[in-house]
Amino acid sequence: MTPLDHAAPDSRDRDQSAGVLKVAILAVGGQGGGVLTDWIVDAAERSGFRAQSTSVPGVAQRTGATIYYIEMMAQPEREPVFALMPAPGDVDVVVAAELMEAGRAVTRGLVTPGRTTLIASTHRVLAVSEKIALGDGRAESGAVLDGAREAAKRFVHFDMNRIAVETGSHISASLLGALAGSGVLPIPRATFEETIRESGRGVEASLRAFAAAFARAEAEEEPAAASEDPEPPEPSERPEPPEPTGPARLRRQWADLVARVDALPAAARDMAGRGLEKVVDFQDPAYGAEYLDALERAAEAERAAGHRAHRVTTELAKHLANAMAYDDVIRVADRKVRAARFERVQAHAEADADSLVHITEYMHPGAAEVCGVMPRPIGAFIEARPKLYDWLHRRVDKGRRVRTDAFWPFFGLYLLSGLRRWRRALLRHAHERAHWRSWTERALALIPTDEALAVETVRCRRLIKGYSDTHARGLSRFDRVMRMGEALEGREDAADWVRRLREAALADESGEALDGAIRTVHSFLDDEPPAARG
Amino acid sequence: MAERSFAKEVETLRLGAGETFRGEGILAITKALLESGVGYVGGYQGAPISHLMDVLADAQDILGELGVRYEANASEASAAAMLAASVHYPIRGAVAFKSTVGTNVASDALANLASGGVTGGALVVVGEDYGEGSSIMQERSHAFAMKSQIWLLDPRPNLPSMVDAVHHGFALSEASNTPVMLEVRIRACHVHGQFTAKDNRRPPVSVRDALSNPQRKTDRIVLPPAAFAHEQEKIAQRWPAAVRYIRENRLNEVFGPAQAKVGLVLQGGMYNTVVRALQRLGLADVYGESAIPLYVLNVAYPLIDEEFLDFCAGKEAVLVVEEGQPAYIEQAFGAMLHKAARPTRLIGKGPLPEAGEYTGAAVMEGLAAFLRDWAPEQLPPQDRAPNRPEDPPAPTALAAAVPPRPPGFCVGCPERPIFAAMKLVEQELGPHQIAADIGCHLFSIMPPFEIGGTTMGFGLGPASNGAFDGGGERRAISFLGDGGFWHNGLTSSVGNAVYNKSDNVIVIVDNYYSAATGGQDILSSRAENRSKSTQHPIADAVRGIGVTWVRQIDRTYDVPQMRQVLHEALTTEAEGPKVVIASSECMLNRQRRERPQRAKALREGRRVETPKFGVDEDVCTGDHACMRLSGCPSLTLKTLDDPLRDDPVASIDESCVGCGNCGEVADAAVLCPSFYRVDLVRNPGRWEKLVGSVRAALIGFLQRRRMRGRLAFEGNPL
Repeated sequence: MTPLDHAAPDSRDRDQSAGVLKVAILAVGGQGGGVLTDWIVDAAERSGFRAQSTSVPGVAQRTGATIYYIEMMAQPEREPVFALMPAPGDVDVVVAAELMEAGRAVTRGLVTPGRTTLIASTHRVLAVSEKIALGDGRAESGAVLDGAREAAKRFVHFDMNRIAVETGSHISASLLGALAGSGVLPIPRATFEETIRESGRGVEASLRAFAAAFARAEAEEEPAAASEDPEPPEPSERPEPPEPTGPARLRRQWADLVARVDALPAAARDMAGRGLEKVVDFQDPAYGAEYLDALERAAEAERAAGHRAHRVTTELAKHLANAMAYDDVIRVADRKVRAARFERVQAHAEADADSLVHITEYMHPGAAEVCGVMPRPIGAFIEARPKLYDWLHRRVDKGRRVRTDAFWPFFGLYLLSGLRRWRRALLRHAHERAHWRSWTERALALIPTDEALAVETVRCRRLIKGYSDTHARGLSRFDRVMRMGEALEGREDAADWVRRLREAALADESGEALDGAIRTVHSFLDDEPPAARG
Repeated sequence: MAERSFAKEVETLRLGAGETFRGEGILAITKALLESGVGYVGGYQGAPISHLMDVLADAQDILGELGVRYEANASEASAAAMLAASVHYPIRGAVAFKSTVGTNVASDALANLASGGVTGGALVVVGEDYGEGSSIMQERSHAFAMKSQIWLLDPRPNLPSMVDAVHHGFALSEASNTPVMLEVRIRACHVHGQFTAKDNRRPPVSVRDALSNPQRKTDRIVLPPAAFAHEQEKIAQRWPAAVRYIRENRLNEVFGPAQAKVGLVLQGGMYNTVVRALQRLGLADVYGESAIPLYVLNVAYPLIDEEFLDFCAGKEAVLVVEEGQPAYIEQAFGAMLHKAARPTRLIGKGPLPEAGEYTGAAVMEGLAAFLRDWAPEQLPPQDRAPNRPEDPPAPTALAAAVPPRPPGFCVGCPERPIFAAMKLVEQELGPHQIAADIGCHLFSIMPPFEIGGTTMGFGLGPASNGAFDGGGERRAISFLGDGGFWHNGLTSSVGNAVYNKSDNVIVIVDNYYSAATGGQDILSSRAENRSKSTQHPIADAVRGIGVTWVRQIDRTYDVPQMRQVLHEALTTEAEGPKVVIASSECMLNRQRRERPQRAKALREGRRVETPKFGVDEDVCTGDHACMRLSGCPSLTLKTLDDPLRDDPVASIDESCVGCGNCGEVADAAVLCPSFYRVDLVRNPGRWEKLVGSVRAALIGFLQRRRMRGRLAFEGNPL
C-alpha cells in the first residue's frame, strides 16, 4: 500500500492537498533533526518529488524540543503551494527522535488514527524537570507508549539511539533507516543510501545504522511490548543464591547464613538473600548474622500477630541492608579500588588494549569523615569539642583529586579500605548502628498493633541518602517524619500519613512540601508545630 | 568561526542566468542581493536571520570579486546607520537583523534615514522572530514601518517571491527615495526551495567610487528646517511615488475569480497558510487555484486605497488575515471603506484570533467561520454544519505525562558552572536581586538554576539594576554576555555603573563568541579572523572605562574558584562596580574546532587524550543533588537492576565531553565521591605504556590479594 491511498474518511475527500505528503520531525535540540530533514528532502528530490522543508531554528534548538516539517509531492505539473508548518490532523508521517517527543506530537494533535504513521525511537533523553527530583521524577514511558499506539494509524517504535550508538553513528541515520524501512515514503532504499553517501561525512557508520534500523522497521509489525519498551528492567527473581568464592572458613559461614535465609518467610527470601549479600560484602559474615537476627525477629513478630504476608520483614530486608551498608569512607574506598570497578571504568571510556586510562576521583572529605574513621572514644572526644572539630575541619576541608590509576594514590585508598576489619570500633559505625537499631526496634514494636504503620516506618529509611550536607538533610527529614509517625500512632490513618509525609520529604529540596505536610498533620492533631526544623 | 559553515552552499551564489538555485530562503535572499547590484551589505546576527550573516561571512570572496563591501556590524543600530551610504550616493545597500528586538535597537538610525530619504536603494531585511520557536517578546515590525514611513514588504513565503521582493525592494526604494523593509518570517528564512537565477551584477557605483567623489546635500540632513520639509515630502512626493511603483509593477497580487460574494485580504507571508486552509476546505487546488478571490499584500505598508476598494467592489464581505496585534491593516482598511462609504463588511479579528501566531489550525478555523457566516454555499456540507470532531481530541492524560522541554545549556557548556557557583554562593549568603541579559546565559532562569528575575534587552542587564545601585544590605548582581557587552553593554551598562558609582556586581559571561546566535566572532573572540579584528580583551575595555575591581577567570569549570570570586565580589570593601569576567570557550564551538583535529591526530597515529566523566553507580545514592547543580543533558538517570535500590542513580551517557562540571560541583558543594574522570589515552608513548603496565601490575597484585581474603560474589556487579 502506498501512503497516498488513505482510508478516505470524508474530510479527505474534499482536501485538495491530499496529494501532498506531509512529514513532521520532532527532536530534542542537538539530535541532528536538521540533518535528517535535509536527507529526506534530498532523497525526495532524487525520486522526482518536489519537496519543501522548514524549521524554526534559533535558541529553541539548544537542547529544547524542536520541530522540522517537510511537504513533498510526486511529479507536480507546476509549483505546488506547500504549507510551512504542520497542522493538527493533517500529517502523514511523524518521526520522533525520542519517546517524550513522540508523546508531544500526539498531544499536539499531529498524530491521528486515520492517517498518521508514527516512527519513534523509544529511548529517553530526560528533561531537566525529571532529573532534579529527589526521588524518581521520570515521566511514565508506558503512558506515552499507550497514548501513541492509540493515536497512530501505525506505530513503529524501537530504540533507534541504541542502534546509532552500537554502529558508531548518529541517531539521524537510524531514524532515516526506520523511516525508509517502514515503507511509508514511496522512495526506494537505494535512493536514501545514495543520499547518505553524497552527504560525505561518516558515511560508512551512517549506512550501518541506516541498514540496522531499516531491517528492524521492515520486520516490525506490532512488537512484543515487554522487551521493547524502555521500562525500568523488572528486577529478576534470582533462581539460586550466588555461590561466593573465598576462604573455606568464610564460605562455610556463608552457607550457614544462606540456610537461615531459606528459613525466612517465602515472601522475604529473595530480598533477604540480596540484602545479606550486600551486608556481608560490606563487612563480614558476622555482620550478615546481625542482619538476619533483625529479620528473624520481624518475621517472628509478624507470625505471632498473624500477618502472613510478612510485609514488614520484606521491607526490612531491603531497607536494613541499605542502612547497614552505609556509605562511609571505607566503603567508598573499597568500591573505588576493586578490579571489577577498574574494568567498568575502562568499558565506560571505551578503552581498548592499546590505550591507557587515567582515573581521577573527586573527593572532598571533612572533619566528619575523619572523625568517622577514628576509634570511637577519640572521634567522640573531638566531636564533642566544637572548636577542635572546626580546627580539624579547616585542616582537611578541601577538594582532593585522587589519581587511582597511579600506584601511590591507589595504595592510599587501598589502605583506607583495609580499615574495614576495624570498622566496628570506629565512631561512624557507632552512630550508624545506634540509628538503625532504634529505627528497627520502633518498627518491630509496631508490628502487633499497626502493621501498616510498621511498613511505612521501615520505608522511611529511603529518605537517608547521599553524603555530608545531603546526608544530614535526609537524616533530619527522616527524624521529623519519624517523630510525626510517633505522634500519629494509634490513629487509623497513621500509616497513610507517614507515607504522605515521606513523599512530601522527597518532593523538593527546600523542604517546603514537608513543612506544609507537617503543618497539616499538626492542624488535625491539634498540636503546636515544632519550632526547630531540619 | 560560526557554528554552521556555508562554505559549500555559498558556491550557489555564483549561479548565472537561467540556472536553478536550490536551497534555503536566506541564501536565496543573499543571491538576490548580488543580482540586484548591491554595493554594500551588513547586519547583526540573531535568529532567524543569523544564517544570512553567516552566509555573508562565508561569501566574502564572492563579495570581494563583485566589489561589494561587507560589514559585520557591532549592532543593529550600526547596521542601520551604515545605510547612510545610500543617502547621497546612488549605491544600493542592504542590512539584515532580527525583529522586533533588532529593529528596536536600530530605530534611531532608521528614523533619521527615513526622514532625509535615500538616493540609492536601501533595504532592511528583518527576520521576524514571531510565533513558535521565538525567543523574544511578541510584537510587530509593522509599527516601525508606519511610524517612520518605511515601506514594508511581506512577500509570499516561497523563493521566487522573496527574490522578487529584493529586486523590487531596491527599485521601489529608489523610485520613492524611501528605505524599504523586507520582512521574512521565521519559517520562510529556513524554507528549502528553488528559483531561477539571474547573473550577479557589480554595483554601478561602488563605495570606493563614492569615496573618490564625496557628496553632500544639506537638505537631506535631519536638522531644521530640512526636517520639517522631510515630513511634507514624505506625504507629498515619496508616498505617491511609492504607490505608483507598487501599482505599476503589480507588487500586490490578486488570485481567484474576478466576481464573488466574498474575498480574502492577506499579508503575503500568510499566503501558504491561507491556501492550505482553502485546500483542506476544498476551495483551492494543490497549485493554489482558489475558488475565492485573494488580495495578497506583498506590500504590507503603504496600503493602496484604490486597489483595496477595487477588490471590495461587488463583495458582501472580505476577511483580513493579519497576523499579530494591533490590527493596523484591518483598521486602515476599515477606515478606507468607511470614508468611501462602501457597503462591504470588513471581518478580521474575531473569527481569527485576536493575538498569537496564525497557525494552520487557527486560520482554517477562522476561514471556515467566516465562510459559514458569509458564503455557506461554498463550503462542503460537513464544514457548513459540523456536528462532530473529525479526529478524537488529543488525550489529555498524555499531556500531563509529557514533561516540558524548554531550551537549556548544551552538553559541557562553560556557563553551567558559573550558575552552579552562583547557586552555591546564594546558599551561603542568601538570595540576591539578580538581573539577567540576553544570550545563552539567560537559560539560568530555568530549572535547575532559577537565577535571574528580569531581562530588559541586549547588553542592558547591569543597567536594569540601576535603581538598586548601592546602599542596600546586599549587592545586586547582573549577568551580561560577551555578545551583549560589545553590542551595547560597555557603555549602557558598565559605563553607566561606573559613572553612577554603582556598588553592584556585574558578571560578564565570556564564551569567545556570539554563541546564542550561532557562534559568530566578536571583538573579544580568541580566534584569528581573516577579515575582522579580534582578541580585544573585555577586561581591558572594562578597565578602560573606569572599573577598578576586575577579576578575570579563565576556566569557568573551576567551580570552587568561581564561587570564591563571586563571594569576594559580593563582600569586598572595594568601591565602585565589581566586574567578574568568567571566560571559557563555548563547548559547541570548541568541539567543532577540536573534533576534526582529534580525528586527524588519531589517523596519523599521534597521542590523543580524551576526557570523559563517569559515576560509580554503587557509590551514588540517587539523591540527584548533582543534577540540581547541573542540568547537563549528558548527566542523566539510570535504573539499577537491584531491587534493594528504590531511586535511579546518576549516570553519564556517551555525549559527555569531559568538561569537568560534574566533578567540580561535587567537590565545591561537597556532594559525594561518585564522580570520576577518566582520560582515555590513545596511541600512548612507549615510556608511558611501560609506566602504565608497571602500575597495572602492582595494582592488580593488591586487588587479587584483597579478594583472596574475603568472600567475592560472582553475580554481584560490584
